[in-house]
Amino acid sequence: MSVLLFTIIVLAGAFLAGLVGSLTGLGGGVIIIPLLTLVLGVDIHYAIGASIVSVIATSSGSAAAYVKEGITNIRIGMFLEIATTISAVIGAVITVYINPGYIAVIFGCILLFSAAMMVRKKVDHSDNKATGVLANFFKLNGSYPTADGTVKYGVHNVAGGFIMMFVAGIISGLLGIGSGALKVVAMDNIMRLPFKVSTTTSNFMMGVTAAASAIVYLHRGQIDPGIAMPVTLGVLTGATVGSKLLVKTNTDKLKIIFAVVVTFLALQMIYNGLSGKL
Amino acid sequence: MKQTGKHYFADKDIQVILGTLLRVGVIASMLVVFIGGLIYLSGYSHEIIDYSVFNPSKTKYSSILAIFQGLSTLDGKAIIQFGTLLLIFTPVTRVVFSIFGFLIERDYLYVLIGLFVLCVILISLSNKLVG
Repeated sequence: MSVLLFTIIVLAGAFLAGLVGSLTGLGGGVIIIPLLTLVLGVDIHYAIGASIVSVIATSSGSAAAYVKEGITNIRIGMFLEIATTISAVIGAVITVYINPGYIAVIFGCILLFSAAMMVRKKVDHSDNKATGVLANFFKLNGSYPTADGTVKYGVHNVAGGFIMMFVAGIISGLLGIGSGALKVVAMDNIMRLPFKVSTTTSNFMMGVTAAASAIVYLHRGQIDPGIAMPVTLGVLTGATVGSKLLVKTNTDKLKIIFAVVVTFLALQMIYNGLSGKL
Repeated sequence: MKQTGKHYFADKDIQVILGTLLRVGVIASMLVVFIGGLIYLSGYSHEIIDYSVFNPSKTKYSSILAIFQGLSTLDGKAIIQFGTLLLIFTPVTRVVFSIFGFLIERDYLYVLIGLFVLCVILISLSNKLVG
């Protein structure tokens, strides 16, 4: 394939990935990696390197809009970044020692999990009940502005959330994705943060976490300019358009259709991984 | 909507600066990647590429030093990598700014936590991690 053709195909695919990723909340990385590996036959290590760069672009781009609203809990973000940066570097270091087939299988499983999380109805578990020693010591409890005044919230099970974030960081470093679905589990279900706070804080952390593993990838030569350029430009443009559309579109149907597509991609990744095709 | 209390306001100011910083960082780095992309395509567009096997030695610009050396020759690939580098360091500057924010608030516990996170990222800059 010539450079020009490859660039055009990847640019279009990355645009779609960014668009759908932002509309469904799934993120661009989980779509661009199957596209590169399954459709274009790119080695998964290159796909991972390009994807992590697009994660930094989209998370930093949307974080700019979020921080102005003052919902991000910088303390929770910074505290949990201890876990995610260490584990992301570990993940990025060990990824080349693992058989690419296994990486594809792990990727497929995370993809299935993300699809399930996407269609599941979210339940807000947040409350303002008394919190544990750790939450008080690290001053994690916070408040956020709503139309009816400031709402206070307590942070629960800090240790559990921290461990789950460590796992999310490993997966992020290993696969080159933002692993938003795992972060949601840690923040919404374990630490019981309000949605508004967890979404923005998770996004706040994603860029820093991805930067830590991206540097390792860069040194290893996994970030190839010929792939990273169309992927990053495409995903960021798609995500920007998606976030504009998001305000006026009902995404429920889209999510279900997309969950089917993602499930298919996931099974394909797992099958190819097990049969040694990747 | 409003909350009195010094912390909240200090946080808010820092967050607005951070938001602007991130936006500028992303736009600037994407612009560099775009320009690099155009130069890359004008020079290599008809070359045949094959990414089917990962070969670490094939990527020329895999260190910060190599990228800067490549920049001086105006190679499209080096310019793309430089844009990527700018993008990677955008969230890192955010950590640095947050540390200053906590310093202003005299929240030394979080100054330490921020410095720790920064150290982890700096350690990842070491070439030795790459096997």
